[in-house]
Amino acid sequence: MAHEAVIGLEVHAELLTESKIFCACSAKFGAPPNQNTCPVCLGMPGVLPVLNRRVVEFALKAGLAINCRIARYSRWARKNYFYPDLPKGYQISQYELPLCTGGEVEITTADGGTRAVRLTRIHMEEDTGKNIHDAHGDASLVDFNRCGVPLLEIVSEPDMHSPAEAGAYLRKLRSLLRYLEVCDGNMEEGSFRCDANISIRPRGSTVLGTKVEVKNMNSFRAVEKAIEFELRRQAEVLEQGGRLVQETRHWDPDREVTRPSRSKEFAHDYRYFPDPDLLPLLVSEQWIERVRAELPELPEARQARFGRDYGLPVYDAEVLTARKDLADYYEAAVRTHPNAKAISNWVMGDVLRIVRERKLDEVLVIRDWPVVPAQLAALVALIDNGQISGKIAKSVFETMAQTGASPERIVAEQGLTQVSDEAPIIAAIEQVLAANAAKVAEYRGGKDKLFGFFVGQVMKATQGKANPQKVNELLIQRLTGSP
Amino acid sequence: MAEAYRLSIDAASAALAVRDISAVELTRAVLARIEATEPALRSFITVAADAALAQAQAADARLAGGDAPALCGIPLAIKDVILTRGLRSTAGSKILGNFVPPYSATVTRKLLDAGAVCVGKANCDEFAMGSSTENSAYAITRNPWNLSCVPGGSSGGSASAVAAGQCLGALGTDTGGSIRQPAACCGVVGIKPTYGRVSRYGVVAYASSLDQVGPLGRTVADCAHLLGAIAGHDPRDSTSVDCPTPDYRAALSGKLAGLRLGLPKEYFVDGMQPEVEQAVRAAVRQLESLGAAVDEVSLPHTEYAIAAYYLIATAEASSNLSRYDGIKYGFRAEAEALLEMYRRTRAQGFGAEVKRRIMLGTYALSSGYYDAYYLKAQKVRTLVRNDFLAVLDRCHAIVTPTAPTTAFRIGEKTADPLQMYLADIFTVSVNLAGLPGLSLPCGFDRTGLPIGLQLIGRPFDEQTVLNLAYAYEQATQWHLQQPEI
Repeated sequence: MAHEAVIGLEVHAELLTESKIFCACSAKFGAPPNQNTCPVCLGMPGVLPVLNRRVVEFALKAGLAINCRIARYSRWARKNYFYPDLPKGYQISQYELPLCTGGEVEITTADGGTRAVRLTRIHMEEDTGKNIHDAHGDASLVDFNRCGVPLLEIVSEPDMHSPAEAGAYLRKLRSLLRYLEVCDGNMEEGSFRCDANISIRPRGSTVLGTKVEVKNMNSFRAVEKAIEFELRRQAEVLEQGGRLVQETRHWDPDREVTRPSRSKEFAHDYRYFPDPDLLPLLVSEQWIERVRAELPELPEARQARFGRDYGLPVYDAEVLTARKDLADYYEAAVRTHPNAKAISNWVMGDVLRIVRERKLDEVLVIRDWPVVPAQLAALVALIDNGQISGKIAKSVFETMAQTGASPERIVAEQGLTQVSDEAPIIAAIEQVLAANAAKVAEYRGGKDKLFGFFVGQVMKATQGKANPQKVNELLIQRLTGSP
Repeated sequence: MAEAYRLSIDAASAALAVRDISAVELTRAVLARIEATEPALRSFITVAADAALAQAQAADARLAGGDAPALCGIPLAIKDVILTRGLRSTAGSKILGNFVPPYSATVTRKLLDAGAVCVGKANCDEFAMGSSTENSAYAITRNPWNLSCVPGGSSGGSASAVAAGQCLGALGTDTGGSIRQPAACCGVVGIKPTYGRVSRYGVVAYASSLDQVGPLGRTVADCAHLLGAIAGHDPRDSTSVDCPTPDYRAALSGKLAGLRLGLPKEYFVDGMQPEVEQAVRAAVRQLESLGAAVDEVSLPHTEYAIAAYYLIATAEASSNLSRYDGIKYGFRAEAEALLEMYRRTRAQGFGAEVKRRIMLGTYALSSGYYDAYYLKAQKVRTLVRNDFLAVLDRCHAIVTPTAPTTAFRIGEKTADPLQMYLADIFTVSVNLAGLPGLSLPCGFDRTGLPIGLQLIGRPFDEQTVLNLAYAYEQATQWHLQQPEI
C-alpha cells in the first residue's frame, strides 16, 4: 500500500539576548561550566524570576515576521518534572495562553511550487542546564550555564509530507530567525534544535496515524535522514502486519537509526499550572507596533525589491538576500558604485568564496568581511572606467582580501594600470608575431583558432596590463592586414 | 537599666538616641534573656550572638555619628524561612539543615540597612507549614504563657520570642494565618500586609500566591515601625507592587471617628471557645465606644475558604518544594541511581506534614484532576475575594476573632491534621483575598492564655488597620500583660 508521510516539527531556538530570561546572568554560549549562574537561575531557595523584556521583543519579532496572532494577554506556566539539569524542579514556560498562535512559513516543494506550513504556536520558555556523564569515572556533572537562557518553542502543524519538506521548512525558519537577528541558528551548539513528530497513513487518508517523536538530531542532514529512516521503519512495521506504538525515539547518528529512548522512569505528567511568581504578560498595541516598525525588510520582500531596483536575475536576488548581512553588504557596495550586476557577480563569486573558506558565514552577522563594501565597489569602478582589466582585478581582489589595502593603492604600487596606448601594444604584437612566424603562417592559412594563442602571448608580453579590447583590435589589423 | 529587653521599639530608640543605653548593652540584655529563657521556650533554631554583637557595635558607631537610621540598634528575630546571608537558614527543615545562604532576603537587607540587630533565626513549622510550630525538624517551641501549650504557628518562634522578651520585634511569614494566629496565641501584635506590599525575594516559598512577610511586636507602634522598614516595591519580586510606603508609625492617630466596621456573622461559629467570642464582642463594643460604627455583614463564601486554601497552597507548595532534590545544596541521601537518590533524599529530608502537603498538591495538579481541584479552588478564591471587596466597599475594616480558640496543648492536635487545619479558619480567607490583616491582644481566657482580635483592611490600607488597633490598644491594658517566665 502506498503511504503518505505526515510530519510536524517542534523547534527550540535559543534567543540571542545579552542576559537570561529571568535574571541578569550572561546568556552567552561557551563560558566555563557554571560561570554564568546566580541564585535566581540556579533556583536557590527564596529567589524569584524577573522577566527580561528583550525576550518578549525577540519573540514578538519572530511572531510578527511569521504573521502569527499576538496575544495581548498571555501567561507563564510551570512545567514540573525532576531532572538534575532543572534546578527548580520545574521549567518556566508558557502553556495554555502562549504569546503567538497561528501564522505560516512558505516552503518550496519538490515540484518547484510553494506551500504554506502552518504554525500551531510560538511560546517563550527558559532553557535547562546540561548533564555531563562519565567525565570522571562514574560521576555525573551538571553545567547550569544554559539554565535560564531564553528559548522560543516553535510548533508546526503536521503539514510536511517528506524529509525534503521538513528540511526546507527548517532552513526557511532558521534563515528567518537569523534575518531577524534573534537566533544564531547553530544546530551543532544546540541553539537551534528540532524534534520531529512523524507518522504515516495510507495515501489519500485524512486520519492521522500513530505518531513517533524523534529527538537528538543536530544537523539538517540528520533531521532528513532520521525522518527517512522512521518512515521506512513505520511502513515496514505496518506491511508486516504489526502495530506502531506512540513513543519517543532517539536518532543515533553513527548507526543512522532511531531507537526507543529509555525513559520509563519519567511517565510524564507535567502538572502545568500558572506560575504564581510572575504576573500575566500584557502586551500593549503600542509595544507590538513599535516592534513591528523595527522589523527589518524580510527576505521575500527584499528579494523582490532587488529584482525591481537593481534589475538582478531571480537567482542573484535569492542568493544575495538569503542572509541579512549579505544583502546589507551588497547594497552598501551598490550605493557606492551602481553597477548592480557586476557587483552581484563579485559578491556571489569571490567574496562568498573567501567567506566560506574562512568560515566567516558560521556567525549570525559577518563583521570581518574579507573586503569592505566600498572597496569592492572601488574595484569594480576601476574595471568599469578601464583602468584595470577584469583579469588584473582578480589578483587585486586577492591582495585586498589579504592585506585590506584599497584597490587604487594596490594598482598604483604594483603598477597594474591597464595599458590602452596603441604604441606599446603594437610593439608587443610585432614582437610576438616575429617570434612565432610559423604560427602566423598557419593562421593566415585558415587556422582561426590560433587567434587566442596570439592574444595570450601579447597579454603575457605586457604582463597582463594591456587592454584586451585594444589587443584584439590591433591584432586583427596586423594579422589580416598587409604583411 | 533593668529589663531593657522589655522596652518597646519607641522607648528603646529614644534611650539609644540619648545614649541612656548603648546598642551593645541592649543586645547583651536581649542575649542574656535568650540564654535564660531559651531552654524552656526553644524559640530559636539559631542564635547569632557574635554576629548580633558586631551589628550592635556598628549601630553604636552610627548612633554616635548622629545619622542613625530608624531601627538602629534594635534587636530583632527573623523567622528561619527568611534568608540571612552567611547565617544558616533552614526553614525548619532537615533538608536545608546545612544551608548557609550567599544572599539575604530583601526584608533582611532592609532591616539591617535600617540598623537593626539580628539576634537569631526563629523556629517555625517546616517550610511554614503548620499552625503550632510542632512541625519543626529542630524543636517544638513552647508558649511563654503556658509551657505545655503551643505558641501557634507557623511563626511560633517569632511570636514566642517577642512575647518573652527574647527580642524587641520579629519577622514572620503568613500564608494562611501564620503571623496572626501565633500572635494571638502569644498575646502580641502581628500584621500580615497586603499581598504585594512586602517583597518575597529571599523568603523560602511555601505558597507563592499567598505568602507575605510581616512583623510581630509587643505594641501596634512597634509593628508600624517594622512594617515601614520592610515595605516597598522590590525589582527582584515581580509580584511586589510599586506604590508609595506611608510612614505608618508617624500616622498613628488613635482617632476612630467616622470609621465604619463590618462584623461578619460567619465568623462566630459553633464550636468556638465561648471566652474568645465574649472577648471579641467586648472589643467590638470598645471600638464602638471609641467612635467607630459597627455593622453586621456577611461573607457568604467563608465556609469554602479552608478547602480552597488547602488546594491552592498545597499545589503551589508541591511545585515550590521540588527544588529540594539533593542535587545542588542541602541534605542528600546516598543511593546508586538518580531516581533512588531523589526518593531517599526527599523521604528522609522532609517531615510528615510537608510530605502530606506535597502529595495533596501533586494530586490536585495532576492531569485529569486540575479542573476539579486547582481550577475550582481558584474560582472559589475569586468569590471569597469578591465577598471581602463588597463588604470593604461599605466598611473601612472588618473585625473578627483571630482564632477560634486560645493556644492548644502540645500534641493535642498533631494526630488529626484536619483539626489542626481549622486553627486557621478565621485567617486563611484574608490570604486568599490578598488583604492586610492584623491580630492584637483583646483579653485572656480563664487559664490565662491570650485571645486575639483580627482587623482586616482594604487593599494597601494597612494604615487604617494599624490606626484601629492603636486606638484600641491605647484604650485597653491587654498589651501591658507579660507572661511570667
